[in-house]
Amino acid sequence: MKKTLKIAFPMTIPVMLGYISVGIPFGLLVIKSGFSIWVAIGMSVLVYAGAMQFVAIGLLLNPVGLVQVGLMTLFVNIRHLFYGLSFIDLFKTFGPKKQYMIFALTDETYSLLCGLAIQNEISKESLFFAVSLLNQIYWITGTIIGVFLGTIIKFNTTGIEFALTALFIVIFIEQWLAFKTHIPALLGLSASAISLVLFGEGSLIIPSMALMLIGLLFLKPVILKREGADQ
Amino acid sequence: MIWASIITMALVTYFVRLAPFVLFGGSVKTPKWVEYAGKYLPPSVMGMLIVYSIKEVDLLAYQSSLPVALAMGSTAILHLWKRNNLLSILGGTAVYMVMVQMIFN
Repeated sequence: MKKTLKIAFPMTIPVMLGYISVGIPFGLLVIKSGFSIWVAIGMSVLVYAGAMQFVAIGLLLNPVGLVQVGLMTLFVNIRHLFYGLSFIDLFKTFGPKKQYMIFALTDETYSLLCGLAIQNEISKESLFFAVSLLNQIYWITGTIIGVFLGTIIKFNTTGIEFALTALFIVIFIEQWLAFKTHIPALLGLSASAISLVLFGEGSLIIPSMALMLIGLLFLKPVILKREGADQ
Repeated sequence: MIWASIITMALVTYFVRLAPFVLFGGSVKTPKWVEYAGKYLPPSVMGMLIVYSIKEVDLLAYQSSLPVALAMGSTAILHLWKRNNLLSILGGTAVYMVMVQMIFN
């Protein structure tokens, strides 16, 4: 166990920095939105999905039906549908740890594990498990620091909810830079803007998602052509 | 209701992560449409979330729309410049808080 941690810990340091620094604003935002510390910690323990937990604050502030909550979660996390594909064979031998490995397959953990899959020094089972567990511990630690700061520091927090928009802009830009075609990104913006105008702020999610799917379906040839054009 | 929502999110998140193991655990090949949706939905969804997160802003009232527009611009510029997530999030949020607390209050 000690040997495993000795190898696993240094590998997780970049994730530690990232998770603690995003966990803090998450915890802070939950408290400043008027929820209990258990809502923040409960989400970081049970849901464990970065961007989705920020979306969740919005959903909890303006309660919508559970079906909408479920659909929103599905859409925000849809990219995770592919992470497991890389580990189907590997996890087969993991026994009881397999379920936790699947539960904890976040963006950052996935990318670390992809890098680990090629090295062979010690048992992959314990190394993978240690990496995944450490990462969630960092996320929970960041959340607890944020909750703690939110509880003890009294300051005018008007406007702090913009952190949510800022996080989405950051991810949006990262994805914008990663793609050759910007049609999907622009489609998301325009489908939601149209839905907002047509259906109002209370029922924006489902029409936006429907429009996005229809758009992606109809524009599929153009999107695939543009993305593959100069490969 | 809060906890029902949290449990729903937890279950859906887990099932999304579990799906490939259940669906393609044998030797079933990943369907093309799944690959397509998985690749191109995420940038769309992020665009949607940006709009979703500012849905309450009144575009026609400058006291409401100007701080958001300037803070969004600051976040984007900071991020394109330094590519540091924390810096961009904190910087953009600080710009917004200063504007709504001190200038457009």
